[in-house]
Amino acid sequence: MINLTIDGIQVQVEDGTTILQAAQAAGIDIPTLCYMKELAPDGSCRMCLVEVEGARGLMTACAAPVTEGMVVRTNTPEVLESRKFILQMMLSNHTGDCMSCAANGKCKLQQYAMDYEVERGDFEGETCQIPPDDSSPFFIYDPGKCILCRRCVRTCQEIQCNGTIAATERGFETTVSPVMGIKIADSNCVSCGNCVQACPTGALSLKAGKKFRDWETKKVLTTCPHCATGCQFYLVVKNGKIVAVEGADGPSNNGQLCVKGRFGSFEFVHDESRLTDPLIKRDGKFEKATWDEALDLVAAKFTEIKKKYGSESLAGFACSRAPNEDCYMLQKLVRCAFGSNNVDNCARVCHSASVHGLAITLGSGAMTNTIKDITEEPDVIMVVGSNPTEAHPVVGARIRRAARRGAKLIVVDPRDITLTKDAAIHLKIKPGTNVAFANGMMNIFINEGLIDEEFIKTRTEGFEELAEIVKDYTPEKVAEICHIDAEDLKAAARMYAKAEKAPIIYCLGVTEHSTGTEGVMSMSNMAMMVGKLGRPGCGVNPLRGQNNVQGACDMGALPEKFPGYQNVEDPAVMEKFEKAWGIELNHKAGLKATEVLPAAIEGKIKGLYIFGEDPIVTDPDTHHVEKALTSLEFLVVQDLFMTETAAYADVVLPGVSYAEKEGTFSNTERRVQRVRKAVDLGTNARLDTDIFIDVMNRMGYPQPQLTSAEIMDEIASLTPSFAGISHARLDAGESLQWPCTGKDHPGTPIMHVGKFSRGLGYFYPAKYKPSVELPDEEYPTILITGRMLYHYNTRAMTGKSKGITQIVNESYIEMNDQDAEKIGVKHGDRVKVSSRRGELETTARVGKKVSPGESFMTFHFPDGNANKLTNAVYDDIACIPEYKVCAVKIEKA
Amino acid sequence: MAKAKTTVAFQGTLEQEKALQEVIDAHKGQAGALMPVLQAAQGIYGYLPVEVQEKIAAALHLSVAEVYGVVTFYSQFSLNPKGKYSVSVCLGTACYVKGSDKILEAVESKLGIKSGECTSDAKFSVDVTRCLGACGLAPVMTVNEDVYGKAEPKKVAEIIDRYMND
Repeated sequence: MINLTIDGIQVQVEDGTTILQAAQAAGIDIPTLCYMKELAPDGSCRMCLVEVEGARGLMTACAAPVTEGMVVRTNTPEVLESRKFILQMMLSNHTGDCMSCAANGKCKLQQYAMDYEVERGDFEGETCQIPPDDSSPFFIYDPGKCILCRRCVRTCQEIQCNGTIAATERGFETTVSPVMGIKIADSNCVSCGNCVQACPTGALSLKAGKKFRDWETKKVLTTCPHCATGCQFYLVVKNGKIVAVEGADGPSNNGQLCVKGRFGSFEFVHDESRLTDPLIKRDGKFEKATWDEALDLVAAKFTEIKKKYGSESLAGFACSRAPNEDCYMLQKLVRCAFGSNNVDNCARVCHSASVHGLAITLGSGAMTNTIKDITEEPDVIMVVGSNPTEAHPVVGARIRRAARRGAKLIVVDPRDITLTKDAAIHLKIKPGTNVAFANGMMNIFINEGLIDEEFIKTRTEGFEELAEIVKDYTPEKVAEICHIDAEDLKAAARMYAKAEKAPIIYCLGVTEHSTGTEGVMSMSNMAMMVGKLGRPGCGVNPLRGQNNVQGACDMGALPEKFPGYQNVEDPAVMEKFEKAWGIELNHKAGLKATEVLPAAIEGKIKGLYIFGEDPIVTDPDTHHVEKALTSLEFLVVQDLFMTETAAYADVVLPGVSYAEKEGTFSNTERRVQRVRKAVDLGTNARLDTDIFIDVMNRMGYPQPQLTSAEIMDEIASLTPSFAGISHARLDAGESLQWPCTGKDHPGTPIMHVGKFSRGLGYFYPAKYKPSVELPDEEYPTILITGRMLYHYNTRAMTGKSKGITQIVNESYIEMNDQDAEKIGVKHGDRVKVSSRRGELETTARVGKKVSPGESFMTFHFPDGNANKLTNAVYDDIACIPEYKVCAVKIEKA
Repeated sequence: MAKAKTTVAFQGTLEQEKALQEVIDAHKGQAGALMPVLQAAQGIYGYLPVEVQEKIAAALHLSVAEVYGVVTFYSQFSLNPKGKYSVSVCLGTACYVKGSDKILEAVESKLGIKSGECTSDAKFSVDVTRCLGACGLAPVMTVNEDVYGKAEPKKVAEIIDRYMND
């Protein structure tokens, strides 16, 4: 420890602390403009100059480390004079339009000018005449207000790791700019807006920022409604309307956000197309109805179907975007009022393979480690079938940060994604060959003596059987199956196995296959074989796709599980729930969502309650889904908008967005985080939980009225892994990851430490099986589907953001240049894409991103939804559809 | 003045690419590799087009913007190639006193480019130089090796035209 004196106060701090940090610890304020606590000091703004006894000249407090016996003074006349001088210099070349500046009221330069009584810059001479760059739909860069503190540049280079802007030119000409002075809109900018948030003045400001003053707003801390990274942010509210989003210092995002979070999270809340009233379909047309009419009809029809065809003819889908409390009440409605276990959520079509696979091999179907841990600790990171810089951008940036500090990256993906640029090894595998790849890796682990024998012996079972299988998967054979180089595979195996700490991070490239669950288990097989589980910086880490898809599963919106993955078919569990809910429940596991739709066509499912899902758009083989929905006798859809699915409903109930209610989301790392009400409900809107409670009561199940916090208390009382979680604890500032088994349990950042949830980890003996539909003469190209950066699933939220839709709002297909040449297609040409199930027209993006014989589309855009083409064939265990591989034909349109 | 950016299409040869690769291989992984690589690259190509900056950035695990920041900081680096005919106008004291700024203006207006730039057909580039040691002939402009002394603004167009159709 080091002892020093600052302004006469005795301070004791750790060795290596800077004067600034020591002063902050002692509650002494030193002004800074360029300082960023996350990064190494820049020392460029000179505002933090302080006097140090015995030192020559003033020192920058942000950069100077403390020394024993140091005597620091932060407010001597000389120090104050130097700060005034710095401010005068800055203000002498500063567009002083404070009146209309978006930063008015939160500008640090303005604040310090007031604090140090500097009214203007007294230096006369040339001033910056570089015009503002307003080419981004979201923000403006005005060099005339730039103090060149480089916070934006360092944010872009060292935190976002996108490298769009730099401090360019020299001396008076210095300006922040993309390469070759091009406009932001023409650069590789990903519109995360983190540079804008970093700017201490109005040089980088939100275009929307001119519409409000900081002091007119209230800021509500909540959780992002997009992917499952669980970024914390503030909704900035003026006069009951959300006007902006500001990143907050959450455990997974540390203030950072992506374009979807920052610019796609609020316009939809106030969109004019929001449903405001219940709608009842009469003679094929929707008519407005009162809540009583609509709810009476819903309850009467479901009750009638239940009487006529039995409980098991009713099913409900929960919403993976809605809070835990809402999902819990929906599954309770299905179980207690419908009397079936036919409840599921859209994890079925994204990560059900993880939920099932990891439960089989490890005992718990969730990410084993934390986002921070797997990006800050490891020396090697293996990313399989995941494109995080687009689908989970804040995690993507953290992985790029790890690469920047020297961690080696192995990317296993059929496309050249952004991360491949930072990768030490890219295995550009053929889609659908994950199991072969993993078996090949393990063949090398065993043959080269890279396995962790002690870990295998003491903590696992089933090794011998799997070892026997992987014998056949020689690097050469696997190279042929996966279309990769055997030497690259060997290098990847050695790099991963020999690393001290190395996580596997994977996503839908592993799960969305007809062998998805085996693909997932192959990931845990690899990790267990080299002992990389139950430790920091390791583990098997599925990145969940939606804000609360983890939570929807946790809450028991699953046909065979009660909340907390308690088995429906376990008599003790069943008895507990029957007692708590005071009703005899259905003891038979229900149908999975992907079984409900075919069952509707077969006439076994007659009534369906869809809460916040849009399967017409999101499920494979659109035509098949349409047929299922039209086969139903009664369909209720509860949503924010008139979706394509809602159009098929008999009754549509208006739902409530995340910004209008209380609750919690569970992010991908099992962290339960608060969702807080920022704006009032619409005049005629009702909370989703209240709607469920009403339907339950009208169907004859007596469900008392509960607030969101009370619902969480009920969840905690019935769910051992949530036993210690409450709104009160979260509001008190605790950050809890389940399992959290008691009121004073701190939560569990890393799972399977010392012992797997299952007891012994299980090596699942997986053999490679090809995808169901392989290319042939008629349909010669593999189609892969996925997400892109700017949009999110059905575009229900991002499609309402004017800025986002300005950047991209139309479908496209990525093609290989050799394939394109063969059929005479050039970049930008229109093409017709067809499969055995449907066809569409879209625009070709030609290049080398995908391999010959492969192509890629998203399912975001109605003008060319890939799900018209995808194949509704399912994995045997999780029933997950094979979105990632189907055979298509591409022709010039 | 901010550095002028080229409008000339990049036309690197395979030999140049090979030479650049050798330089990169020799410096890869070293701390502070960027400066020597940029200096060598400018030697190879005569300037630093964005295509070369991109290649260097990828090889050294830097962003192109970071490389560009360094390129624009140092006056020794150029973002423009020299034209087939490199026009230089002396703005040294003697020439300046004799009105060489007007000569420069005339050259710039004749070619439609600014000092430091190159015409998009890569035929002419214009640069400002300091004293050429021919103060007796002030004001002086040169086109490659040809020296034009006692230059007059109204004669500039005629001088340039001599090279124009070549």
